[in-house]
Amino acid sequence: MSALTNTLVGPSSSKVSRVVGIMAIIATVFMLLLALVWSPPEIDQADAVRLFYVHVPSAVIALYVAFTITLIGSIQYLRKRSVFWDLLAHASTEIGVLFCALVLVTGMLWGKPTWGVYWQWDPRLTSTTVTFVLYTGYLAIRRMDLDPAVRSKRAAILGIVSFANLIIVRYSVEWWRSIHQSATFGLDTQLDDLMLFTVFWAVVTFLLIFTWLLIHRFRLAWFEHQASTSSLDDAIAARRAERSHPPLAGESV
Amino acid sequence: MTSDGAVVQLTDAVALVGGFPALAGATLTLQSREVVGLRGPNGAGKSTLLRLCAGLVALRRGSGEVLGCDLATRGGRRAVRRSVGLLGHETSLYDDLTVAENIRFWSGAHRADDDDAGAAMDHLGLSGRLADVPVAGLSAGQRRRTAIAVVVARRPRLWLLDEPHAGLDSSGRDLLDRLMLDAAASGATVLVATHDRGRIDDVLTRCVEVEGGMVRESVDG
Amino acid sequence: MGRAGLLADAALIFKKDLRIERSSKVVTVQVLPFAVMTLILFGFGISPDARVLLGSEESRTVLAQVTPGLIFIAVLFSALLALGRSFGVESSDGTLDGLRLAGLDPAGIFLGKAAAVMVQLAMVSAVVTGGAFLLFSVDVGWSPSRAVLLVTTVGAATTGIAAAGTLYGALAAGLRVRDTLVPLLVIPVLAPVLLGAGQAADAALFGAVADGWPWVGALALFALVYVGVGILSFESLLEDA
Repeated sequence: MSALTNTLVGPSSSKVSRVVGIMAIIATVFMLLLALVWSPPEIDQADAVRLFYVHVPSAVIALYVAFTITLIGSIQYLRKRSVFWDLLAHASTEIGVLFCALVLVTGMLWGKPTWGVYWQWDPRLTSTTVTFVLYTGYLAIRRMDLDPAVRSKRAAILGIVSFANLIIVRYSVEWWRSIHQSATFGLDTQLDDLMLFTVFWAVVTFLLIFTWLLIHRFRLAWFEHQASTSSLDDAIAARRAERSHPPLAGESV
Repeated sequence: MTSDGAVVQLTDAVALVGGFPALAGATLTLQSREVVGLRGPNGAGKSTLLRLCAGLVALRRGSGEVLGCDLATRGGRRAVRRSVGLLGHETSLYDDLTVAENIRFWSGAHRADDDDAGAAMDHLGLSGRLADVPVAGLSAGQRRRTAIAVVVARRPRLWLLDEPHAGLDSSGRDLLDRLMLDAAASGATVLVATHDRGRIDDVLTRCVEVEGGMVRESVDG
Repeated sequence: MGRAGLLADAALIFKKDLRIERSSKVVTVQVLPFAVMTLILFGFGISPDARVLLGSEESRTVLAQVTPGLIFIAVLFSALLALGRSFGVESSDGTLDGLRLAGLDPAGIFLGKAAAVMVQLAMVSAVVTGGAFLLFSVDVGWSPSRAVLLVTTVGAATTGIAAAGTLYGALAAGLRVRDTLVPLLVIPVLAPVLLGAGQAADAALFGAVADGWPWVGALALFALVYVGVGILSFESLLEDA
């Protein structure tokens, strides 16, 4: 427990993140009991339905929360040019891509017992895969060796355009698949009240986990930014000091 | 233009290149009709100073005004670009287009006069056989002549030249020196980074030293 | 700057890019043969003898059946090369600085470059479509309405690809890894174009023509969105300061 406490209440934590972290742990314990012990198996899918309790909240977080924060952060950065919004968008995208991966993995694991195959060109899984690659591209731009201001600006434009793309991909894939057939992941699932509550509780839990991760990822990015920019005065001083070197031959005044 | 008629007025200008303060507090005033030489070791900040004056690099600290445009604002930087002619290390030419096509495209982009473009080509000895040669097939000196012709055709009010003599033969150098003097005589201002000594000193009104991202005025050239 | 300035700048860049293509012939003698070779490779990868049953006695070769999709996959890959070329000519020798210094309207630069890419892609598409019909023995009961649908599909799809591609090309401009980054960025973006164009072309070749038009509408909307986004964002993208 002490190791866990240390991670949560370590030097990089604040009161807010500590409270969120502890709430997330309590919620997770409760969610595990609900999902694995208290809630019943589903009539057709049996225990496979339990993947739902990770799949649905991950999808909600990634596609609705995280990438929306990326969008807002990107718009605000272009309007105000403030580092806060830029770093927030970056942090949120990184966690969003992580949850996106979770959606894909749980979706395929669920598909095997339910459909008999891991991949059945389910419209949501398909569009989520494209979205995953889309935001991987955003993260790739963030890693580019560019002037920081230029990189932030390009990333912000990408963050906005990517959201428009997420919507375009989503609808075009659904339209495309609707021509053929589709029992999309879980739509025909029979859920009783306790199962519905478990889904709801899992969403709450994942929101807490997301918030905690976001705070910490943002703080890390903030420290990195501080470390690289607080030294502009020092850099100017160092640059000026270059001129105290003895003049090169032929350069004397 | 500022009240005292200065074409370039920089005070403690700081400009970053990839986060590095390539200019760390440059103070410089240029008057109309001056031909001013920039001297200093490699990496001293000469190119950044020229790019700052051209409105291509943002002013991070200090103040800067060129031809009446405030370099601290994006609008000012965009406005100043049309009135300056920058000749950098890169010649800004399309390899696949011929000399004539390049000059015509860039004069069109700058809304320069077609006659001026033709005159500039004549002046730099590019009207004959060379006119129809793709730029990729030119020698370094011919390439530079083409780039100079692009600047000449624009009739800029401020010439910003970054080691323009590199690759030129002695007749090219004479031609360039004459062009700078003609430009100054017609009311323009020239700021030229150069390592040359000797002949060029007759052209320069004065010289400034750049070192460690700072500018220091020095004795007349 | 007014609308006239915007269009004049666009025309200037458009003509310049086509003139570069006319003298270098990179798209004509490199991208075009590549696109045709892609079609041949589809034949190698998908057995030309494999057939799908259409009802009890009719059948069609698999290659002919999937021709609509193959055409646009070939066009998409060729588009990546054409885009690489379009920004390749700007990345060398500081020409982007030159365009900035000339004070050209950034939206005009976007429109000019996108239009030039679009014209080149339309040419590639025409060759690829003709080539696919020839190589895959596509037997279509041609009617004017089918031809109009197919041509409109190709026009809308290439416009969308050119607009989105030019926007993403500028996002990656000036980067050493541009050649690998642009495909990563642009393929998921263009995935809906492949879907829509494939469906519309399928309707034009084999299905009911009326089923194709909604997809063409979607392609046109996509193109419109990206032309709009490009016009709005190109100034920020070109300004490095």
